[in-house]
Amino acid sequence: MTAADPAGPVATDDPLLTVDELRVSFATEEGVVQAVDGVSFNLGAGEVLAVVGESGCGKSVTAMSLMGLTRSPNARFEGTAHYKGTELIEASEDQLRRVRGAEIAMIFQDPMTSLNPVQRIGDQIIEQIQEHESLPDRQARERTAELLERVGIPRARERIDNYPFEFSGGMRQRVMIALALSCNPSVLIADEPTTALDVTIQAQILQGIRELREQTGAAVIMVTHDLGVVADIADRIAVMYAGRIVEEGTLDQIFYDPQHPYTWGLLGSITRVDRPRRERLPAIAGLPPSLADRPHGCHFRPRCPLEFAECMKVPPLESRVAGQSQHRDRCWLSVGEKRARREVAPGEIGLAAKNVTAA
Amino acid sequence: MARFVVRRLIQMVLVLFAVSILTFLIFNVIPNGDPAERMAGKVPTETQIEAIRREWGFDDNIFVQYFTTMKKVFTGDLQSYFTQLPVGEEILNRLPRTLSLAIGAAILWMFVAICFGLYSAVRAGKFADRFLTIIALIGISMPVFWIGALMNHYLGFKWGLFPNGGYVEFTEDPLDWFYHLILPWTALAILFIGFYSRVLRSNVLDTINEDYVRTARAKGLSERRIMIRHVLRNSLIPIVTLWGLDFGAVLGGGAILTEAVFDLQGVGQYTADAIGQLDVPPVLAVTLFAAFFIVVLNTIVDIVYAYLDPRIRLQ
Repeated sequence: MTAADPAGPVATDDPLLTVDELRVSFATEEGVVQAVDGVSFNLGAGEVLAVVGESGCGKSVTAMSLMGLTRSPNARFEGTAHYKGTELIEASEDQLRRVRGAEIAMIFQDPMTSLNPVQRIGDQIIEQIQEHESLPDRQARERTAELLERVGIPRARERIDNYPFEFSGGMRQRVMIALALSCNPSVLIADEPTTALDVTIQAQILQGIRELREQTGAAVIMVTHDLGVVADIADRIAVMYAGRIVEEGTLDQIFYDPQHPYTWGLLGSITRVDRPRRERLPAIAGLPPSLADRPHGCHFRPRCPLEFAECMKVPPLESRVAGQSQHRDRCWLSVGEKRARREVAPGEIGLAAKNVTAA
Repeated sequence: MARFVVRRLIQMVLVLFAVSILTFLIFNVIPNGDPAERMAGKVPTETQIEAIRREWGFDDNIFVQYFTTMKKVFTGDLQSYFTQLPVGEEILNRLPRTLSLAIGAAILWMFVAICFGLYSAVRAGKFADRFLTIIALIGISMPVFWIGALMNHYLGFKWGLFPNGGYVEFTEDPLDWFYHLILPWTALAILFIGFYSRVLRSNVLDTINEDYVRTARAKGLSERRIMIRHVLRNSLIPIVTLWGLDFGAVLGGGAILTEAVFDLQGVGQYTADAIGQLDVPPVLAVTLFAAFFIVVLNTIVDIVYAYLDPRIRLQ
């Protein structure tokens, strides 16, 4: 796992963002919760990286930690995240403030609560622009109106003075996107941007993010639990489980040659209209482990139908498929065996899984 | 907006009507409530009492009495039974004192409570927070007549740092006015400071965890701007309601004890004296005056509230 490993297809040799062995833990009443455990990845300029995993696997914490949004007296951080010469994890609040919003911007999961209810939406965007650039009020307002138009708010010039409660959820998420783009950031972190929205709106928002990414050339980290969401937007995918990346690779590698049994499970649980409908959508048996008390060895072991003796040791994240240096995973099984087992029941791992809950 | 105000005005008339009837009835059914007997002096004859009764209309039907009294309220002819001085004038003379006390104290308690509450919330769980919590609890627990008397005795009488009670007109000498009011303001504000800073602290702690505060942080705003524009602004909304109502209540009699302790001769003290003598006209007038203020401030609070929180619309 070296920072020199080339990133995705659109990436340049010199990654924009390099995360190395990031560890985040929180002291809670139930003990130390290791939310992120040695996560490393690169993000090239203009690249779209999807971070995928179930709820509580540490993907949001990873994303928010890059912006210092998880800092608290109870949180401990290790590892580094370099962005254009700034180390983000150890950075002072003042250094981070210059990055937040201006260089790295974030779209949050719940648009209903992520905007200040008593401030006009235009003012909330202008506030960010003027925090980072000394722009006169009129020009900041003009840019805000253009942004709102660009993200598809109808009659943007009138609605700039509306309050969030006068917008629907989808429209609010567009406002959040306009806010995130207002200072032309190089990295856009979208933390489950469509989870709180209904399906048609989801598609519109994703389409919007895709278009804007093409226009602005910003790199995107898309955090989601839904592989379906990233199928036609991501360049690369990192699958997280219980605080670790268990598999990463290009979109094609993950979708057509998934190596980790957990990834098979995720792929198996996507609703697909191009396949015959099954009685029930397969699910991965059991629950993800509590991050305060994770199983030894491979964390997926208790839920994995293919568990064997080796699994008591932590598998390193490394390239196992010959000739595919970018495709790495954490599973002890040989590639041949994985492919064979996968073929037996493509996407059906959930049904074959043993009935053990993570304890 | 216009409809809202009109509806509130109608409500106000109804409230004042109900308050006037209740006050009037209560003082008529109190034992020993016959004002004629008390007005007639120490050893009155039956004829004297009878004469007073007739003269003041105490022998009339209670409804007639109510209506004549209310008529006098509106024409400004209401007189005290005992001093025979016009009630309206007496209240108006004392009003500046009560207003000075209430407005000053309200500003003081709001300002200090915001500072304490915000600081306490920012330092939640640390020493400063615990210290301020204890101070607030002590403040809430100290009755104003006790702390007021202590302040008056030590700071005013014994050590002479402040005037020992009394009041100076603002128009006469603004500095001396201020000087005379420092102790009363403080005494009256202490309870509210304790209470408001606790409420604000918990509001701020709730608001700090809101998603939109995280958004504000992700925008790269300074901690100061986040706290003031996003956290404090939203935390203050419920406090403003309390503030308006408490201010109305203080004007309408909540300051009686403070006025008495510091001998301010305000409306509250006037009422206290009138109640002691079962002097119905001043009590009735002051009660109406208090109810009026509370209803008016309620309306103002609602209007301000709609301004502070655009989700609320006046209908």
